[in-house]
Amino acid sequence: MSNAVKKHHEPLIHITKRDDMIWWKAWLIRLAAVLLGLLVVGVISVLLTKGNFFETYSIMLRGAFGRLGSGSTRLLWKFLLETALLLCLSLALTPAFKMKFWNCGAEGQALIGGLAAAIVMMKLGDKLPYWVVILLIFAAGILAGAVWGIVPALFKAQYKTNETLFTLMMNYIAMQLVAYYAYVNAVPAGSGQIQSIANGHLPVIGGQPYLLTILLALILTGVMLVYLKYSKHGYEISVVGESQNTARYIGINVKKVIIRTMMISGALCGLAGCLMVAGIDHSVNPDTVGGLGFTAIMVAWLGQLNPLIIVLMSGLIVFLESGAAKVADTFYLNGSYADIVAGIVILFVVGCEFFIRYSIKFRHKEGKA
Amino acid sequence: MIIAFIQRAILLGIPLLYGSTGEIVTEKSGHLNLGIPGVMYVGGISGVTGAFLYENACGNNIENMNPFLAIMIPLLASILGSMLMGLIYSFLTVTLRANQNVTGLALTTFGIGIGNFFGGSLIKLVDSEMPSIILTKTSDFYSKTLPFADNLGWFGEIFLSYEFLTYMAIAIALIVSFVLNRTRIGLNLRAVGENPATADAAGINVTRYKYVATCIGSAIAGLGGLQYVMVYTDGVWSNDAFGDRGWLAIALVIFALWKPTVAIFGSFLFGALCNAHNYINGLGVATQELFKMLPYAVTIIVLIITSMRKKREHQPPEHLGLPYFREER
Repeated sequence: MSNAVKKHHEPLIHITKRDDMIWWKAWLIRLAAVLLGLLVVGVISVLLTKGNFFETYSIMLRGAFGRLGSGSTRLLWKFLLETALLLCLSLALTPAFKMKFWNCGAEGQALIGGLAAAIVMMKLGDKLPYWVVILLIFAAGILAGAVWGIVPALFKAQYKTNETLFTLMMNYIAMQLVAYYAYVNAVPAGSGQIQSIANGHLPVIGGQPYLLTILLALILTGVMLVYLKYSKHGYEISVVGESQNTARYIGINVKKVIIRTMMISGALCGLAGCLMVAGIDHSVNPDTVGGLGFTAIMVAWLGQLNPLIIVLMSGLIVFLESGAAKVADTFYLNGSYADIVAGIVILFVVGCEFFIRYSIKFRHKEGKA
Repeated sequence: MIIAFIQRAILLGIPLLYGSTGEIVTEKSGHLNLGIPGVMYVGGISGVTGAFLYENACGNNIENMNPFLAIMIPLLASILGSMLMGLIYSFLTVTLRANQNVTGLALTTFGIGIGNFFGGSLIKLVDSEMPSIILTKTSDFYSKTLPFADNLGWFGEIFLSYEFLTYMAIAIALIVSFVLNRTRIGLNLRAVGENPATADAAGINVTRYKYVATCIGSAIAGLGGLQYVMVYTDGVWSNDAFGDRGWLAIALVIFALWKPTVAIFGSFLFGALCNAHNYINGLGVATQELFKMLPYAVTIIVLIITSMRKKREHQPPEHLGLPYFREER
């Protein structure tokens, strides 16, 4: 077109960055996103099951927490346990993410920690006094997890090797090592699986086998909150995350911070692995962590890298997964329905951050049409 | 035996090649789509659903099936399904500027869920004894090979004995390589991935490039899922059978240094590495598990070496994983 005068074109929608939103408004948006996600889930469920819209939600609640007033606390304990494990892993990732180090290797770090714990249980469980074994289990698991975290950190610090991909690959190395160990030490031999290790079970507190893990997760939440917010390390982590140049300028040893933080991140994942193997499963296989390490990445991010919000998010995800599993069970749907439900709600929450950080302005209507 | 090994390696490598070619296109626009494993599941199950519906519409009688439709319906269904996944990803990461890692992982959870859910539902529909859907009729159309390949001895067996999806994968990789390196569109796309602000200033529509690259990339990756079901397993879909191949495809992108032509040979190598444990005599089951580590270990080594050498053309796109907001510079 040979239009000499170029018309000024104003786009219909204009996006600008928002100043910090008041916290309750931001939370209303997040809540709305979760509800909207649940609404979509409900509609899909009704379409699939031809069931009642509201019944779906009540089944979800029952599946996650157990029937109200039935006196059975089994499901509630299970809910708390799964939340605690997811919480442990998400908290472990938080310092690394705060440093903008994308540790996608929680799965492998936890698994290798669990493997170390299993080795101690099998090889030393009956040779040393009980408490020594327990201490060794924790030491070995934490150490193994830390090593799995330090390796990518060393290369990131020295050569800027892409850590997302490095840690992702490390997951599979850990899985195959576990598969190898399980074949070699299979009980019964040749089955490729370790049935149950007799010695070195973590102590049971108050008659509740899951209580120890839940308490440890709560303690970890408090420690992580203080560590990130009030310690010198926490400050260094956030400066490195914001700008490495600034960090160098004010005299922070960036390499040291990266390696130290990843050591902590890996060590805590290793601890979670110990809890899974020595505290709950009393066995190890490549599926012990069961994808929780990947879920933890999403939870840590959805939780704004704030330990208190991460607690909420862990609970939400576990609720969705176990609730949806119950819905699937009730209506004879495939169990993967739970993954779809969790996926939909997470995508909604991830998307809603946009409306918190940016505001949308529509084009002002001009006088003429 | 050697010939069988090579054939197997290529067959195993092709889904990875589709996955990594798609991921390369996406990553060139600056988006690290960790949803590829999910996308490949969706690509597979969409194709399966398409084939299932068509087979049923023809009364499960191969006589009634039109070869062209039998191939096109699953193919288009697969492309459509995986493009839809790409659209979700790009809407969230481009328009809503969500974190790419988290969006990708959520999409993987979602996609694998979709795959297994619909797979499981279809299995229930056919009421079969086995936990799988069997689409041998459609698979027959997909596994047509060149008629004269058998007459050419080892040469024919190694180079000409494959199904059209195999050659299509190589062709797509070559085309992508050509477009990326030899055309204006490719240059613009690389500019978007390296530095979107500069590309924007040069008048390139950054958003459109990112959307199109992600959707096309997903469509290509999804075909890997289709090839796996229709060719590799001869039309049998079982839940979770696709396994971790999606992550291997992402590993292959690094291994290939973001070059589709290298990815072709890389995929054969990965296929060989994945399969080596079946062809080395005297390996115990346990040692086989250690051998399965090989592709991942090799990827880590390549990752380290390239980052140490810091050659410019071997690096990931500069803005990989970072969101772009025009007013934030």
